[in-house]
Amino acid sequence: MNFPILSSLILLPTIGALFILFTKSSSEKYQSSKYVALFISLANFLLSLYLWYIFDKNSVDFQFVENREWLSGFINYKVGIDGISILFVILTTFITPICIISVNATITNRLKDFLIAILIMETFMIGVFCSLDLVVFYLFFEAGLIPMFLIIGIWGGERRVYSAFKFFLYTLLGSVLMLVAIIAIYWITGTTDVEKLYELGIQVEYQNLLWLAFFSSFAVKTPMWPVHTWLPDAHVEAPTVGSVLLAAILLKMAGYGFIRFSLGLFPIASENFTMLVYILSLIAIIYTSLVALMQEDMKKLIAYSSVAHMGFVTLGIFTMTQQGIEGSIFQMISHGLVSAALFLSVGVVYERHHTRLINKYGGLVSIMPRYAIVFMVFTLGALGLPGTTGFIGEFLILMGAFEKNILVAMIASLGVILGAAYMLWLFKRVVFGEMNNQELKSMKDLKTFEIITLSALVIPILFFGFYPEPLMNSIEASVENTLEMYNFDLINNLASKD
Amino acid sequence: MENIQYILPEIFISLSIMLFLLIGVFKKNSTTLIYNLSNISLVILLALIVNLSSIDKIYLFNNSYLIDNLSNYMKIILVGSGIFVMLIGSKYIQVINLNKIEYPILILSSILGMMIMISSNDLIVFYMGLELQSLALYVLASFNRDNLLSTESGLKYFVLSALSSGLLLYGCSLTYGFSESTNFDQILINSIEFNYGTTFGIVFILVGLAFKISAVPFHMWAPDVYQGSPTSVTLFFAILPKIAALSVFIKFLYTPFANMNDQWQTIIVFISIASMIFGAVAAIGQKNLKRLIAYSSISHMGYALAGLATISNQGIQSSITYISIYLVMNLAFFSCLFMLKRNDKYYENIDDLSGLSKKHPILSFSLLIVLFSLAGIPPLAGFFAKFYVFLAVIEQSMYFLAIVGLLATVVAAFYYLRIIKIIYFDPEKEEYETSHNLGLKITLAISTIFILAYFIYPRSITEIVSKITMI
Repeated sequence: MNFPILSSLILLPTIGALFILFTKSSSEKYQSSKYVALFISLANFLLSLYLWYIFDKNSVDFQFVENREWLSGFINYKVGIDGISILFVILTTFITPICIISVNATITNRLKDFLIAILIMETFMIGVFCSLDLVVFYLFFEAGLIPMFLIIGIWGGERRVYSAFKFFLYTLLGSVLMLVAIIAIYWITGTTDVEKLYELGIQVEYQNLLWLAFFSSFAVKTPMWPVHTWLPDAHVEAPTVGSVLLAAILLKMAGYGFIRFSLGLFPIASENFTMLVYILSLIAIIYTSLVALMQEDMKKLIAYSSVAHMGFVTLGIFTMTQQGIEGSIFQMISHGLVSAALFLSVGVVYERHHTRLINKYGGLVSIMPRYAIVFMVFTLGALGLPGTTGFIGEFLILMGAFEKNILVAMIASLGVILGAAYMLWLFKRVVFGEMNNQELKSMKDLKTFEIITLSALVIPILFFGFYPEPLMNSIEASVENTLEMYNFDLINNLASKD
Repeated sequence: MENIQYILPEIFISLSIMLFLLIGVFKKNSTTLIYNLSNISLVILLALIVNLSSIDKIYLFNNSYLIDNLSNYMKIILVGSGIFVMLIGSKYIQVINLNKIEYPILILSSILGMMIMISSNDLIVFYMGLELQSLALYVLASFNRDNLLSTESGLKYFVLSALSSGLLLYGCSLTYGFSESTNFDQILINSIEFNYGTTFGIVFILVGLAFKISAVPFHMWAPDVYQGSPTSVTLFFAILPKIAALSVFIKFLYTPFANMNDQWQTIIVFISIASMIFGAVAAIGQKNLKRLIAYSSISHMGYALAGLATISNQGIQSSITYISIYLVMNLAFFSCLFMLKRNDKYYENIDDLSGLSKKHPILSFSLLIVLFSLAGIPPLAGFFAKFYVFLAVIEQSMYFLAIVGLLATVVAAFYYLRIIKIIYFDPEKEEYETSHNLGLKITLAISTIFILAYFIYPRSITEIVSKITMI
């Protein structure tokens, strides 16, 4: 076996966390711990870029597979990646150092613990995207709750306890049904190895129930309407970095899960429930966009916009078309970058003015010109202006939707307009307009580290907006393969019925 | 007499008890000496049992005593946790002035009783062991005799336990009357044909056993006894009698009553579901940590019983794995509890944990790990315990039991999270003492690392347990 590159990716942050745990930082501010964390996360990012470089984009198989005996020999520790997961791994390793750089601004107490929590979180998130065994997947998927609960609860805002509990219990409740389904799959097929399950297939009569069990978990995590209510609370109360992690990566676990497991393992059930997902997605898109329009809290507005964007993602996945799924993956990556950037931008003004209420701001363009520029890029990214990543994702999803169901696509298109409305309105109220509040005058423009983090996000948003080819290249073969398997199963099923 | 080597552990511990009693009578101020000697004798006892662990199955004394893989494993974890219980509690009983010679001797005698229970293969031998452990436990519960709560808990435990013993005995006599034997294997042979008498016998025996394991609806004593007893005794209550009772459960269900599984399966499923739900819901309002852990143990026993309800070897093994992991989590939890000491006073309310994480980061981290593990969140050991149980339950297509059980974990997660919230999110209070005795620190370290690192090598327990087969 070659060098276990995926396990290294998964373990490296934990090793860093242990290192920070067991070293005493000399200075009060734990600067050295921060450098360790930054170094580790950057090393992990470079490692993942190297992984992308040596990754064979034309192959549809899982690559860098590691398979070790684990649970009494009947469930193995198995990791591997294909074109779908690699982008999420890179997204995770890319967002984590940005989080660590921006930790300085928002976290004042217990910095060391915070860094440890973030690094542990990175381990779990990478683990989710790499695991090729259902039990291993569940393990990583659930384990992420612990650090996130603490991040929201310890470093959050006023109502942090309520939000942390809501986040934890909602997600746990959704997930336990998935656990039942995973165990049931084990007894039905004799394995939880995803690759083997793709080959074996699951009997049709079990698929609907199993699909629903998985759906309950992913729907909460996505979050889909009507179980989305934990997200605005969690976002508002979480510290900036926590919101970034939550929006950029945690929500993507569910979208990834839909593609990998719901489509891959239960094709017939997925076909049966397509309409359900369409309806829920459309409600999410329209309803939460309208709700977002009325928000007075910036973070809450962005949180609702996340729900709407994830609505597009689920819609795209269940169009079961090449464009739709590719668009969804692209949209998830794009949303990962854009929402992270938006939360960081809100963090910038929150840190200076200590309020997130939109009406307390106005006219920032005259005192913070640099901020106004980057914030504009992110706003345009969020509303899907051509030339940003947001456009490509939404465009592809709508293309896929038009192919399948014109009505659904038309309603979803309305969401794009609403998205533009609330984002532009937010931008107008915060950045333009008159500066009524005299306190705002003392606000300083971006500091160096903020320029670094925000421009690190501007670059990929614009670059991949104009030139999506590198991302598309990696996902194309795997999506094609997923769809082929999907259609093959459907046709087989129809044939067996006749 | 050639069989005497097989019951060497029991003989050794009986002789030790008598010897310590003599020492206690003839030597003044020998309390600490006896405490330490008891601990050493437990270590020797463990070595003696491990020495016998290669035996697959051997019957002694006219088939009334059985040493097999089940009894060996259960005795090993029983005595092993007994050692840790003694280690953790040594400082505590000195501080609250309970350091009397009876204390270690009572613990040893109840361990002896449990060992007899675990190995018994005959109703009479079983009952003898049961009473030996119960009598010792009555005294232990009220050991802090100047304390109102402690005496109350002792009395309560005695009355209710005597009642349940009576029911159990009635069940035994019914079983004997209708199956014409007290020997487990003989009962199995004689009970092939269905009759109501034995069914009644089963019900009464299960009621008695459910009382000992504190499963709903026979749990009423647990919260009061847990809260009232001295904490070191509570720890004892939380672990050792449960191990013994669970192995007796396994024994009864799968040896004498194996032919009547359609009779008892519903009972076990009901008890299990009721315990899981009740334990989870009732713990929410608790303010006292010991009381809370009582309710938590009720729900944990529900999960352990769920494994037994499956009528499969996989299920039995999962229950045994469950109790093994459960005991480690309890050891860790109580070690943390013993560390909440300030000026020779121990604190046991949830509010006393407020803001603990600021001054005591390591202690809080251990508690965090233990509580998440008790809640069954991966990747901690508690998750695997539940995972094995549900693996066995779903294998038998008992989906209802599995789904109810897992939903109960979500409810239970709430109150564990509440403690974590108080430790991590709430404002801090006064500092606790930071110097603790070595035994306490070592126990906490070992158990926390076990919980944390179990996922790296989960086969450690399952491979040993997989040798235990009853069907």
